[in-house]
Amino acid sequence: MSRRLHGEVQTIKEGIVQFTLTDEQRLIQQTAREFADNEVAPVADRHDREGKFPLELIKKLGRMGFLGMLIPEAYGGTAVGNLCLVLALEELNRVCASTGVTVSVHNSLVSAPIVHWGSEAIKRKYLPRLATGELLSAYALSEPGSGSDAAGLVTGAVRDGNDYVLNGTKNFITTGAEADVAIVMARTDPSHKTRGITAFVLERDMKGYVVGKKEDKLGLRASSTVQLVFEDLRVPASQILGGEGMGFKIAMHTLDGGRIGIAAQAVGIAQACLDASIKYAEEREAFQQPIGKFQAIQWKLADMATRIEAARFLVYNAARLKDAGQPHGKEAAMAKLFASETANDAARDAVQIHGGAGYLEDFPVERHFRDARITEIYEGTSEIQRLVIARHLLKNLS
Amino acid sequence: MKIVVLLKSVPDTESKIRIAGDGTSIDGQGLKYIMNPYDEFAVEEGLRIKERLKDDTTVVVVAMGPDRVVDVLRTALAMGADDAVHVGDPAFEGGDAQANARVLAEVVRPLNADLVLGGKQGIDTDSAQTCAALAEYLDLPQALIVNELTVADDHKSVIARRRVEGGDELVAMTLPALVTAEKGLNEPRYASLPGIMKAKKKEIRKVTLADLPLKPGQVGAAGSKSKVIRYHNLPDRPAVKMIAGDAGQQAKELARLLREEAKVI
Repeated sequence: MSRRLHGEVQTIKEGIVQFTLTDEQRLIQQTAREFADNEVAPVADRHDREGKFPLELIKKLGRMGFLGMLIPEAYGGTAVGNLCLVLALEELNRVCASTGVTVSVHNSLVSAPIVHWGSEAIKRKYLPRLATGELLSAYALSEPGSGSDAAGLVTGAVRDGNDYVLNGTKNFITTGAEADVAIVMARTDPSHKTRGITAFVLERDMKGYVVGKKEDKLGLRASSTVQLVFEDLRVPASQILGGEGMGFKIAMHTLDGGRIGIAAQAVGIAQACLDASIKYAEEREAFQQPIGKFQAIQWKLADMATRIEAARFLVYNAARLKDAGQPHGKEAAMAKLFASETANDAARDAVQIHGGAGYLEDFPVERHFRDARITEIYEGTSEIQRLVIARHLLKNLS
Repeated sequence: MKIVVLLKSVPDTESKIRIAGDGTSIDGQGLKYIMNPYDEFAVEEGLRIKERLKDDTTVVVVAMGPDRVVDVLRTALAMGADDAVHVGDPAFEGGDAQANARVLAEVVRPLNADLVLGGKQGIDTDSAQTCAALAEYLDLPQALIVNELTVADDHKSVIARRRVEGGDELVAMTLPALVTAEKGLNEPRYASLPGIMKAKKKEIRKVTLADLPLKPGQVGAAGSKSKVIRYHNLPDRPAVKMIAGDAGQQAKELARLLREEAKVI
């Protein structure tokens, strides 16, 4: 992969401030890259075709520490932070977006909010096993009737003594079939739309926790996406994150972080499209010369590479801000918006460069083309990202 | 036990190697460097012995070269090595295998190693001499190109398995001894994130010429009795010839070309 220069990028300019990837950041990136190329890449196409969840790979990644990147050392993780996480996520997603999203959700959407809002008891109960991948995890916010309108959720949690009783259905739950633990948003107060939502930590073994239909998707076919159904599921109040009524705040804050991960995923997919396109442009001949000699191809590659570089720095910047504890909602939304659109542009151009071959499953860009699409949709559609950005700009109107 | 593992930083196998303007060295510009793949087996073997023995065994990694070799030392620490030594001095540059082994001998000797491990060769210059010369300087028994290594129960000897023409050879050596690793010795592990974070806190000891009982004339280019006078590129691959016709015609033409033009049948 010596052609890929981004591994050598060591400085990020922000005004006059520069920072360099540290030794351990580069080592984490390099380890993720080696694991991705040696272990994940050889099986990614097969997993995609068979719709097989890469359980063994995820467990291996867990043992290597890639599932505990946001968990403090005191709870068995390494707390290396979001910048390290996006470095690793880009590498994993470059070869398999299904593996990538599983790792992203586990770190950003489940481990991070438990670290942030979990009681000491909840942290001790779950984090050490989440950090090693002994427990896999899911995040359940969307419902059949509420996606972008997240606060419109209707899954109900009714207080009964020291317990709550949950009933409802969650949709599009990543890793839902394999997850041992899930953070589930449910309505505890019907009279208030946002402040009536509470975050629960549920376990798959709880009575009334039903793994429903597995979705048959366009892309990310090796990641499992299912419905979760709760039928009179009884859970003690001690399983609440951050207190009753905090669910929506937790959900939005958590998604700010998750978006950075999905943006990194999009950069990884885009980079894969560029790598494959460069290889093809150098090898494929037409009119007695490599097609890379034609400007029509060169311009596509140049635009692709430029946009990927820009997207990557947006992602690094959002991650850096989050790690520094600074506001990052706008930057995360910008990174997600731009990177996901970049991934789809890159995938479309990559297929075009490959011509008919790009339409076949024999070439990796066919999979990247299908995988890229979801990055504009999940963890906030592009429309929602624009809304988030605009709200940050028009502060006086809100 | 004290195990010392020698590491070399070499250009990535996927790098395109360019000969420098002077014709006698490699253009390092834009090259990505990695741990010599055979050295990965050596590190892994050292770590496995340590894990099997479950005693106070330590693994010390030693690399010689410019500052970039610190990267491979960090990688080895992240895999689980205990200590790292960087042997670096401008005076060491341009040394042949013998001169480098002379330096390494002075670095390794005071470490009092029971077992010295290295890769069977560096994949850059492919001389496969440094470790053998080091064993001679240290007066250690050596088994090279080893694909299986067993430490005796009393920790006083090892048995090394080597592939030789027509079969395997088992060599028993009393410790201390030197062994070089062949592919197949083991499956090297990946660094783990906890390992990377632990490695971050470890200091890499730097050794320069001033720390060693050697004179400038004994090391580097000045201390070398052999020198590279020229690197040559491989000739360009000739153009591919496509054979037309149906399968029968193609086979017939291919046979004719192999006999008359390539003269291989």
